[in-house]
Amino acid sequence: MEWTTLFDIALGAILINNFILVQFLGICPFMGVSKKMDTAVGMGFAVIFVMGLASALCYPVNRLLENLDLKYMQTVAFILVIAALVQFVEMFLKKSMPALYEALGVYLPLITTNCAVLGVVLLNVQNNHNFIQSVVYGITGGAGFLLAIVLFASIRERLEFSEPPRAFKGFPIALVTAGLMALSFMGFQGLQIPW
Amino acid sequence: MNIFYAVLALGVMGCVFGLILAVASKVFEVKTDPKLALILDCLPGANCGGCGYPGCAGCAAAILAKKAPVNACPSCSGLQTSRIAAVMGVEVKTVERRVAFVRCSGGTRAGHKFERYVGIEDCVAAMKVSGNGTLDCSFGCLGRGTCVQVCKFDAIHINDKGVAEVDREKCTHCMQCAAACPRHVIGDIPYAIDIVVPCGNHEKGAAAKAHCAVSCIGCRLCEKNCPSDAIHVVDNAARIDYTKCTSCGTCVTKCPRKLIVDIHADGKVAPVIVQ
Repeated sequence: MEWTTLFDIALGAILINNFILVQFLGICPFMGVSKKMDTAVGMGFAVIFVMGLASALCYPVNRLLENLDLKYMQTVAFILVIAALVQFVEMFLKKSMPALYEALGVYLPLITTNCAVLGVVLLNVQNNHNFIQSVVYGITGGAGFLLAIVLFASIRERLEFSEPPRAFKGFPIALVTAGLMALSFMGFQGLQIPW
Repeated sequence: MNIFYAVLALGVMGCVFGLILAVASKVFEVKTDPKLALILDCLPGANCGGCGYPGCAGCAAAILAKKAPVNACPSCSGLQTSRIAAVMGVEVKTVERRVAFVRCSGGTRAGHKFERYVGIEDCVAAMKVSGNGTLDCSFGCLGRGTCVQVCKFDAIHINDKGVAEVDREKCTHCMQCAAACPRHVIGDIPYAIDIVVPCGNHEKGAAAKAHCAVSCIGCRLCEKNCPSDAIHVVDNAARIDYTKCTSCGTCVTKCPRKLIVDIHADGKVAPVIVQ
Protein backbone atom coordinates (compact mmCIF):
# COMPACT_ATOMS: atom_id res chain seq x y z
CA MET A 1 0.00 0.00 0.00
CA GLU A 2 3.10 2.18 0.18
CA TRP A 3 2.84 3.53 -3.37
CA THR A 4 -0.83 4.40 -3.15
CA THR A 5 -0.22 6.21 0.14
CA LEU A 6 2.59 8.20 -1.44
CA PHE A 7 0.36 9.08 -4.39
CA ASP A 8 -2.32 10.14 -1.96
CA ILE A 9 0.15 12.41 -0.17
CA ALA A 10 1.43 13.87 -3.42
CA LEU A 11 -2.05 14.61 -4.77
CA GLY A 12 -3.01 16.13 -1.45
CA ALA A 13 0.05 18.38 -1.32
CA ILE A 14 -0.22 19.59 -4.92
CA LEU A 15 -3.96 20.02 -5.43
CA ILE A 16 -6.30 19.23 -2.54
CA ASN A 17 -4.35 20.94 0.22
CA ASN A 18 -2.17 23.23 -1.89
CA PHE A 19 0.18 25.05 0.48
CA ILE A 20 -0.58 28.51 -0.82
CA LEU A 21 -4.10 28.47 -2.15
CA VAL A 22 -5.74 26.21 0.43
CA GLN A 23 -3.56 26.28 3.53
CA PHE A 24 -2.42 29.90 3.02
CA LEU A 25 1.22 29.20 3.90
CA GLY A 26 4.07 31.04 2.19
CA ILE A 27 1.94 33.94 0.97
CA CYS A 28 4.83 36.41 1.26
CA PRO A 29 6.97 35.08 -1.61
CA PHE A 30 3.75 34.24 -3.47
CA MET A 31 2.87 37.94 -3.61
CA GLY A 32 6.43 39.23 -3.61
CA VAL A 33 8.17 37.41 -6.45
CA SER A 34 5.27 36.66 -8.77
CA LYS A 35 5.55 39.75 -10.93
CA LYS A 36 7.62 38.03 -13.59
CA MET A 37 7.41 34.48 -14.85
CA ASP A 38 11.13 33.64 -14.75
CA THR A 39 11.65 34.80 -11.16
CA ALA A 40 8.51 32.93 -10.14
CA VAL A 41 9.83 29.71 -11.67
CA GLY A 42 13.21 30.25 -9.95
CA MET A 43 11.52 30.74 -6.59
CA GLY A 44 9.31 27.68 -7.14
CA PHE A 45 12.24 25.37 -7.77
CA ALA A 46 14.16 26.80 -4.81
CA VAL A 47 11.15 26.05 -2.59
CA ILE A 48 10.89 22.45 -3.87
CA PHE A 49 14.59 21.99 -3.14
CA VAL A 50 14.52 23.41 0.38
CA MET A 51 11.19 21.87 1.40
CA GLY A 52 12.37 18.41 0.39
CA LEU A 53 15.65 18.79 2.27
CA ALA A 54 14.02 20.33 5.34
CA SER A 55 11.51 17.49 5.55
CA ALA A 56 14.31 14.93 5.40
CA LEU A 57 16.48 16.67 7.98
CA CYS A 58 13.73 17.52 10.43
CA TYR A 59 12.51 13.93 10.63
CA PRO A 60 15.43 12.67 12.79
CA VAL A 61 15.38 15.89 14.80
CA ASN A 62 11.72 15.31 15.58
CA ARG A 63 12.42 11.69 16.62
CA LEU A 64 15.13 12.99 18.95
CA LEU A 65 12.78 15.53 20.52
CA GLU A 66 10.08 12.87 20.96
CA ASN A 67 12.52 10.56 22.70
CA LEU A 68 13.58 13.34 25.07
CA ASP A 69 9.90 14.19 25.70
CA LEU A 70 10.46 17.72 24.39
CA LYS A 71 7.70 17.88 21.77
CA TYR A 72 6.78 21.43 22.75
CA MET A 73 10.20 22.56 21.44
CA GLN A 74 9.41 21.51 17.87
CA THR A 75 8.83 25.00 16.45
CA VAL A 76 12.05 26.49 17.84
CA ALA A 77 14.12 23.46 16.91
CA PHE A 78 12.74 23.32 13.37
CA ILE A 79 13.41 27.00 12.76
CA LEU A 80 16.98 26.43 13.90
CA VAL A 81 17.35 23.44 11.60
CA ILE A 82 15.87 25.23 8.58
CA ALA A 83 18.00 28.34 9.05
CA ALA A 84 21.18 26.30 9.39
CA LEU A 85 20.18 24.07 6.48
CA VAL A 86 19.59 26.95 4.09
CA GLN A 87 22.92 28.51 5.04
CA PHE A 88 24.70 25.24 4.52
CA VAL A 89 22.98 24.51 1.20
CA GLU A 90 23.88 27.98 -0.04
CA MET A 91 27.56 27.48 0.75
CA PHE A 92 27.56 24.00 -0.73
CA LEU A 93 25.89 25.11 -3.96
CA LYS A 94 28.17 28.12 -4.35
CA LYS A 95 31.19 25.84 -4.26
CA SER A 96 30.08 22.72 -6.07
CA MET A 97 27.15 23.73 -8.29
CA PRO A 98 27.67 27.37 -9.25
CA ALA A 99 25.23 27.05 -12.15
CA LEU A 100 22.35 26.02 -9.88
CA TYR A 101 23.44 28.66 -7.33
CA GLU A 102 23.24 31.37 -10.01
CA ALA A 103 19.85 30.11 -11.15
CA LEU A 104 18.33 30.15 -7.65
CA GLY A 105 20.03 33.47 -6.87
CA VAL A 106 18.60 35.53 -4.01
CA TYR A 107 15.61 33.22 -3.59
CA LEU A 108 17.57 30.61 -1.66
CA PRO A 109 18.31 32.78 1.43
CA LEU A 110 14.82 34.28 1.16
CA ILE A 111 13.30 30.88 1.83
CA THR A 112 14.69 30.77 5.37
CA THR A 113 11.80 32.97 6.43
CA ASN A 114 9.19 31.19 4.31
CA CYS A 115 6.50 29.79 6.58
CA ALA A 116 5.61 27.12 4.00
CA VAL A 117 8.91 25.42 4.82
CA LEU A 118 8.23 25.45 8.55
CA GLY A 119 4.64 24.47 7.77
CA VAL A 120 5.61 21.37 5.83
CA VAL A 121 7.82 20.15 8.67
CA LEU A 122 5.17 20.70 11.33
CA LEU A 123 2.51 19.06 9.16
CA ASN A 124 4.77 16.04 8.73
CA VAL A 125 4.74 15.67 12.51
CA GLN A 126 1.03 16.31 12.78
CA ASN A 127 0.18 13.68 10.13
CA ASN A 128 2.59 11.08 11.55
CA HIS A 129 4.47 10.71 8.27
CA ASN A 130 7.40 8.32 8.17
CA PHE A 131 10.72 9.33 6.59
CA ILE A 132 9.85 8.60 2.95
CA GLN A 133 6.37 10.06 3.30
CA SER A 134 7.92 13.22 4.82
CA VAL A 135 10.29 13.68 1.89
CA VAL A 136 7.53 13.07 -0.66
CA TYR A 137 5.25 15.50 1.17
CA GLY A 138 8.03 18.12 1.18
CA ILE A 139 8.87 17.81 -2.49
CA THR A 140 5.27 17.66 -3.71
CA GLY A 141 4.33 20.51 -1.38
CA GLY A 142 7.05 22.53 -3.14
CA ALA A 143 5.64 21.41 -6.49
CA GLY A 144 2.23 22.71 -5.38
CA PHE A 145 3.90 26.02 -4.54
CA LEU A 146 5.53 26.07 -7.99
CA LEU A 147 2.18 25.37 -9.67
CA ALA A 148 0.40 28.12 -7.76
CA ILE A 149 3.10 30.76 -8.23
CA VAL A 150 3.51 30.03 -11.96
CA LEU A 151 -0.26 30.30 -12.52
CA PHE A 152 -0.36 33.50 -10.50
CA ALA A 153 2.66 35.04 -12.27
CA SER A 154 1.13 34.41 -15.69
CA ILE A 155 -2.08 36.12 -14.59
CA ARG A 156 -0.17 39.03 -13.11
CA GLU A 157 1.82 39.53 -16.29
CA ARG A 158 -1.48 39.86 -18.11
CA LEU A 159 -2.86 42.15 -15.37
CA GLU A 160 -0.11 44.67 -16.16
CA PHE A 161 -1.97 45.52 -19.35
CA SER A 162 -5.47 45.56 -17.93
CA GLU A 163 -7.23 48.69 -16.79
CA PRO A 164 -8.89 48.10 -13.43
CA PRO A 165 -10.42 51.02 -11.50
CA ARG A 166 -7.63 53.20 -10.16
CA ALA A 167 -8.13 52.12 -6.55
CA PHE A 168 -7.57 48.49 -7.57
CA LYS A 169 -4.46 49.05 -9.67
CA GLY A 170 -1.38 47.05 -8.67
CA PHE A 171 -1.47 45.15 -5.40
CA PRO A 172 -5.23 45.21 -4.62
CA ILE A 173 -6.19 43.55 -7.91
CA ALA A 174 -3.39 41.00 -7.37
CA LEU A 175 -4.86 40.13 -3.96
CA VAL A 176 -8.34 39.80 -5.46
CA THR A 177 -6.88 37.53 -8.14
CA ALA A 178 -5.18 35.39 -5.50
CA GLY A 179 -8.49 35.11 -3.65
CA LEU A 180 -10.30 33.96 -6.78
CA MET A 181 -7.57 31.42 -7.47
CA ALA A 182 -7.90 30.09 -3.92
CA LEU A 183 -11.64 29.84 -4.46
CA SER A 184 -11.17 27.75 -7.59
CA PHE A 185 -8.65 25.49 -5.83
CA MET A 186 -11.29 24.81 -3.19
CA GLY A 187 -12.98 22.82 -5.95
CA PHE A 188 -10.31 20.14 -5.52
CA GLN A 189 -11.65 19.42 -2.02
CA GLY A 190 -14.05 16.94 -3.54
CA LEU A 191 -11.22 15.00 -5.18
CA GLN A 192 -10.86 11.52 -3.64
CA ILE A 193 -9.07 8.39 -4.67
CA PRO A 194 -11.28 5.32 -4.37
CA TRP A 195 -9.05 2.78 -2.69
CA MET B 1 14.84 18.56 35.25
CA ASN B 2 12.81 19.01 32.06
CA ILE B 3 13.98 22.59 31.52
CA PHE B 4 17.54 21.37 31.86
CA TYR B 5 17.03 18.86 29.03
CA ALA B 6 15.33 21.49 26.91
CA VAL B 7 18.19 23.98 27.27
CA LEU B 8 20.73 21.23 26.77
CA ALA B 9 19.05 19.80 23.66
CA LEU B 10 18.66 23.15 21.94
CA GLY B 11 22.09 24.33 23.08
CA VAL B 12 23.78 21.21 21.73
CA MET B 13 21.85 21.47 18.48
CA GLY B 14 22.83 25.12 18.11
CA CYS B 15 26.47 24.32 18.80
CA VAL B 16 26.50 21.41 16.35
CA PHE B 17 24.91 23.48 13.58
CA GLY B 18 27.24 26.37 14.33
CA LEU B 19 30.26 24.07 14.12
CA ILE B 20 29.02 22.49 10.88
CA LEU B 21 28.47 25.93 9.34
CA ALA B 22 31.88 27.15 10.51
CA VAL B 23 33.60 24.12 9.03
CA ALA B 24 31.48 24.35 5.86
CA SER B 25 32.36 27.99 5.36
CA LYS B 26 36.04 26.96 5.31
CA VAL B 27 35.54 23.82 3.23
CA PHE B 28 33.23 25.42 0.69
CA GLU B 29 34.99 28.76 0.61
CA VAL B 30 34.86 30.37 -2.81
CA LYS B 31 37.62 32.87 -3.35
CA THR B 32 36.31 36.01 -4.98
CA ASP B 33 38.70 38.59 -6.31
CA PRO B 34 38.62 41.67 -4.02
CA LYS B 35 38.75 43.73 -7.22
CA LEU B 36 35.22 42.55 -8.05
CA ALA B 37 33.72 44.41 -5.09
CA LEU B 38 35.79 47.51 -5.93
CA ILE B 39 34.55 47.54 -9.53
CA LEU B 40 30.98 46.92 -8.42
CA ASP B 41 31.23 49.93 -6.11
CA CYS B 42 32.07 52.17 -9.07
CA LEU B 43 29.13 51.00 -11.19
CA PRO B 44 25.80 52.82 -10.81
CA GLY B 45 23.88 49.77 -9.54
CA ALA B 46 20.75 50.52 -11.56
CA ASN B 47 21.05 47.18 -13.44
CA CYS B 48 19.89 48.96 -16.60
CA GLY B 49 21.40 46.35 -18.93
CA GLY B 50 22.87 49.02 -21.19
CA CYS B 51 26.22 47.23 -21.17
CA GLY B 52 24.64 44.03 -22.50
CA TYR B 53 25.38 42.01 -19.36
CA PRO B 54 22.74 40.89 -16.85
CA GLY B 55 23.00 43.72 -14.35
CA CYS B 56 25.92 45.57 -12.83
CA ALA B 57 27.31 42.44 -11.15
CA GLY B 58 27.52 40.72 -14.53
CA CYS B 59 29.25 43.75 -16.03
CA ALA B 60 31.75 43.89 -13.14
CA ALA B 61 32.54 40.19 -13.60
CA ALA B 62 33.07 40.72 -17.33
CA ILE B 63 35.34 43.72 -16.75
CA LEU B 64 37.33 41.71 -14.22
CA ALA B 65 37.65 38.80 -16.66
CA LYS B 66 38.80 41.34 -19.28
CA LYS B 67 35.91 40.27 -21.50
CA ALA B 68 34.61 43.84 -21.43
CA PRO B 69 36.50 47.14 -21.57
CA VAL B 70 36.70 49.27 -18.42
CA ASN B 71 34.30 51.74 -20.01
CA ALA B 72 31.76 49.00 -20.79
CA CYS B 73 29.18 50.77 -18.63
CA PRO B 74 27.48 53.41 -20.78
CA SER B 75 26.00 55.05 -17.71
CA CYS B 76 29.24 55.68 -15.82
CA SER B 77 30.66 59.17 -15.64
CA GLY B 78 34.30 59.78 -16.56
CA LEU B 79 35.28 59.78 -12.90
CA GLN B 80 33.69 56.36 -12.28
CA THR B 81 35.30 54.91 -15.39
CA SER B 82 38.71 56.23 -14.40
CA ARG B 83 38.29 54.66 -10.96
CA ILE B 84 37.48 51.30 -12.56
CA ALA B 85 40.51 51.78 -14.81
CA ALA B 86 42.65 52.43 -11.73
CA VAL B 87 41.39 49.19 -10.14
CA MET B 88 42.19 47.26 -13.30
CA GLY B 89 45.49 49.07 -13.77
CA VAL B 90 44.84 50.39 -17.27
CA GLU B 91 44.47 53.84 -18.79
CA VAL B 92 41.24 55.11 -20.26
CA LYS B 93 40.70 57.58 -23.05
CA THR B 94 38.03 60.19 -22.46
CA VAL B 95 34.97 59.59 -24.57
CA GLU B 96 32.60 62.30 -25.69
CA ARG B 97 29.35 62.22 -23.73
CA ARG B 98 26.34 61.27 -25.81
CA VAL B 99 22.64 61.24 -25.01
CA ALA B 100 19.58 59.62 -26.50
CA PHE B 101 17.53 61.77 -28.86
CA VAL B 102 13.98 61.36 -30.17
CA ARG B 103 13.89 62.17 -33.89
CA CYS B 104 10.30 63.39 -33.81
CA SER B 105 8.43 66.42 -32.50
CA GLY B 106 5.04 65.75 -34.09
CA GLY B 107 2.71 64.31 -31.46
CA THR B 108 -0.53 66.28 -31.41
CA ARG B 109 0.70 68.32 -34.36
CA ALA B 110 0.98 65.24 -36.55
CA GLY B 111 -1.92 63.74 -38.46
CA HIS B 112 -3.67 60.81 -36.75
CA LYS B 113 -5.28 57.90 -38.54
CA PHE B 114 -7.91 57.41 -35.86
CA GLU B 115 -10.18 59.78 -34.04
CA ARG B 116 -9.30 58.04 -30.82
CA TYR B 117 -7.14 55.06 -29.79
CA VAL B 118 -8.53 53.11 -26.84
CA GLY B 119 -6.24 50.09 -26.79
CA ILE B 120 -3.46 49.25 -24.35
CA GLU B 121 -1.34 52.32 -23.57
CA ASP B 122 1.80 50.89 -25.09
CA CYS B 123 3.56 51.65 -28.39
CA VAL B 124 4.13 47.98 -29.27
CA ALA B 125 0.44 47.23 -28.75
CA ALA B 126 -0.57 50.36 -30.68
CA MET B 127 1.65 49.25 -33.56
CA LYS B 128 0.01 45.84 -33.67
CA VAL B 129 -3.55 47.10 -33.45
CA SER B 130 -3.22 49.80 -36.06
CA GLY B 131 -1.08 48.04 -38.62
CA ASN B 132 1.68 50.60 -38.83
CA GLY B 133 1.12 52.99 -35.96
CA THR B 134 -1.66 55.40 -35.10
CA LEU B 135 -0.04 58.31 -36.98
CA ASP B 136 -0.28 59.23 -40.65
CA CYS B 137 3.50 59.56 -40.60
CA SER B 138 5.14 56.16 -40.58
CA PHE B 139 8.32 57.45 -38.91
CA GLY B 140 6.94 59.41 -35.94
CA CYS B 141 6.79 58.83 -32.19
CA LEU B 142 3.49 57.27 -31.08
CA GLY B 143 3.81 58.77 -27.61
CA ARG B 144 2.45 55.75 -25.68
CA GLY B 145 5.46 55.61 -23.42
CA THR B 146 7.11 52.24 -24.01
CA CYS B 147 10.47 54.05 -23.71
CA VAL B 148 9.34 55.74 -20.47
CA GLN B 149 8.65 52.28 -19.01
CA VAL B 150 12.10 50.90 -19.77
CA CYS B 151 14.15 53.95 -18.69
CA LYS B 152 15.83 53.15 -15.38
CA PHE B 153 16.99 56.74 -14.89
CA ASP B 154 13.69 58.63 -15.23
CA ALA B 155 15.25 60.44 -18.18
CA ILE B 156 12.59 60.13 -20.88
CA HIS B 157 9.02 61.38 -20.66
CA ILE B 158 6.07 62.12 -22.91
CA ASN B 159 5.96 65.92 -23.18
CA ASP B 160 2.92 68.19 -23.44
CA LYS B 161 2.88 67.72 -27.22
CA GLY B 162 2.52 63.95 -26.86
CA VAL B 163 6.04 63.09 -27.97
CA ALA B 164 8.75 61.31 -26.02
CA GLU B 165 11.45 63.76 -24.94
CA VAL B 166 14.82 62.97 -23.40
CA ASP B 167 15.96 64.77 -20.27
CA ARG B 168 19.52 65.46 -21.44
CA GLU B 169 20.86 65.96 -17.91
CA LYS B 170 19.54 62.66 -16.60
CA CYS B 171 20.20 60.56 -19.73
CA THR B 172 23.10 58.16 -19.35
CA HIS B 173 23.15 56.90 -22.94
CA CYS B 174 22.29 53.31 -21.98
CA MET B 175 20.03 53.31 -25.10
CA GLN B 176 17.45 50.95 -23.62
CA CYS B 177 14.75 53.32 -24.90
CA ALA B 178 16.06 52.99 -28.46
CA ALA B 179 16.00 49.21 -28.17
CA ALA B 180 12.42 49.25 -26.82
CA CYS B 181 11.00 51.70 -29.38
CA PRO B 182 8.98 49.78 -32.01
CA ARG B 183 9.27 52.78 -34.36
CA HIS B 184 13.07 53.04 -34.10
CA VAL B 185 12.63 56.76 -33.73
CA ILE B 186 15.22 57.16 -30.94
CA GLY B 187 18.83 57.74 -31.89
CA ASP B 188 21.76 59.37 -30.14
CA ILE B 189 23.56 62.70 -30.45
CA PRO B 190 26.49 64.32 -28.63
CA TYR B 191 25.57 65.98 -25.34
CA ALA B 192 27.43 69.21 -26.03
CA ILE B 193 25.48 70.50 -29.03
CA ASP B 194 22.86 73.18 -29.63
CA ILE B 195 21.04 72.55 -32.90
CA VAL B 196 18.85 69.52 -33.43
CA VAL B 197 16.55 68.30 -36.22
CA PRO B 198 13.74 66.47 -34.41
CA CYS B 199 12.28 64.72 -37.45
CA GLY B 200 13.14 61.51 -39.25
CA ASN B 201 10.48 61.57 -41.96
CA HIS B 202 11.95 60.19 -45.20
CA GLU B 203 8.87 60.78 -47.33
CA LYS B 204 8.91 63.18 -50.28
CA GLY B 205 8.02 66.82 -49.58
CA ALA B 206 4.31 66.78 -50.40
CA ALA B 207 3.61 63.56 -48.47
CA ALA B 208 5.67 64.69 -45.48
CA LYS B 209 3.82 68.01 -45.46
CA ALA B 210 0.42 66.31 -45.62
CA HIS B 211 1.20 63.92 -42.75
CA CYS B 212 2.57 66.30 -40.13
CA ALA B 213 2.75 70.01 -39.35
CA VAL B 214 6.36 69.80 -38.19
CA SER B 215 7.93 67.42 -40.70
CA CYS B 216 11.14 67.82 -42.67
CA ILE B 217 10.12 68.21 -46.33
CA GLY B 218 13.66 67.91 -47.63
CA CYS B 219 13.67 71.42 -49.18
CA ARG B 220 17.45 71.77 -48.71
CA LEU B 221 17.21 75.43 -47.60
CA CYS B 222 19.26 74.57 -44.52
CA GLU B 223 21.83 72.72 -46.60
CA LYS B 224 22.24 75.59 -49.07
CA ASN B 225 22.58 78.22 -46.36
CA CYS B 226 24.87 76.38 -43.94
CA PRO B 227 28.19 78.28 -43.83
CA SER B 228 30.14 75.27 -42.57
CA ASP B 229 28.67 72.49 -44.76
CA ALA B 230 27.40 70.71 -41.64
CA ILE B 231 23.77 69.95 -42.50
CA HIS B 232 22.72 67.69 -45.34
CA VAL B 233 19.46 66.27 -46.58
CA VAL B 234 19.79 62.52 -46.85
CA ASP B 235 16.78 60.51 -48.05
CA ASN B 236 14.53 63.58 -47.75
CA ALA B 237 15.44 64.31 -44.11
CA ALA B 238 17.98 66.81 -42.79
CA ARG B 239 20.82 65.44 -40.66
CA ILE B 240 23.51 67.47 -38.89
CA ASP B 241 27.17 66.45 -38.95
CA TYR B 242 28.14 67.49 -35.42
CA THR B 243 31.85 67.37 -36.17
CA LYS B 244 31.33 70.38 -38.46
CA CYS B 245 28.40 72.20 -36.80
CA THR B 246 29.37 75.53 -35.19
CA SER B 247 25.93 76.23 -33.68
CA CYS B 248 25.62 79.43 -35.75
CA GLY B 249 21.86 79.00 -35.97
CA THR B 250 21.49 79.83 -39.68
CA CYS B 251 19.47 76.67 -40.37
CA VAL B 252 17.16 77.46 -37.44
CA THR B 253 16.18 80.77 -39.02
CA LYS B 254 16.06 79.44 -42.60
CA CYS B 255 13.89 76.35 -41.96
CA PRO B 256 10.44 77.08 -43.48
CA ARG B 257 8.84 74.44 -41.26
CA LYS B 258 10.30 75.89 -38.03
CA LEU B 259 11.47 72.36 -37.39
CA ILE B 260 15.17 72.82 -36.66
CA VAL B 261 15.57 74.14 -33.12
CA ASP B 262 18.28 75.51 -30.89
CA ILE B 263 17.76 73.61 -27.63
CA HIS B 264 19.53 76.32 -25.65
CA ALA B 265 17.64 79.19 -27.30
CA ASP B 266 15.62 79.83 -24.13
CA GLY B 267 18.57 81.57 -22.48
CA LYS B 268 20.25 78.57 -20.95
CA VAL B 269 24.03 78.61 -21.30
CA ALA B 270 25.29 76.36 -24.05
CA PRO B 271 27.76 73.76 -22.77
CA VAL B 272 31.34 74.09 -23.98
CA ILE B 273 32.25 71.48 -26.54
CA VAL B 274 35.05 69.32 -25.22
CA GLN B 275 37.00 67.58 -27.90
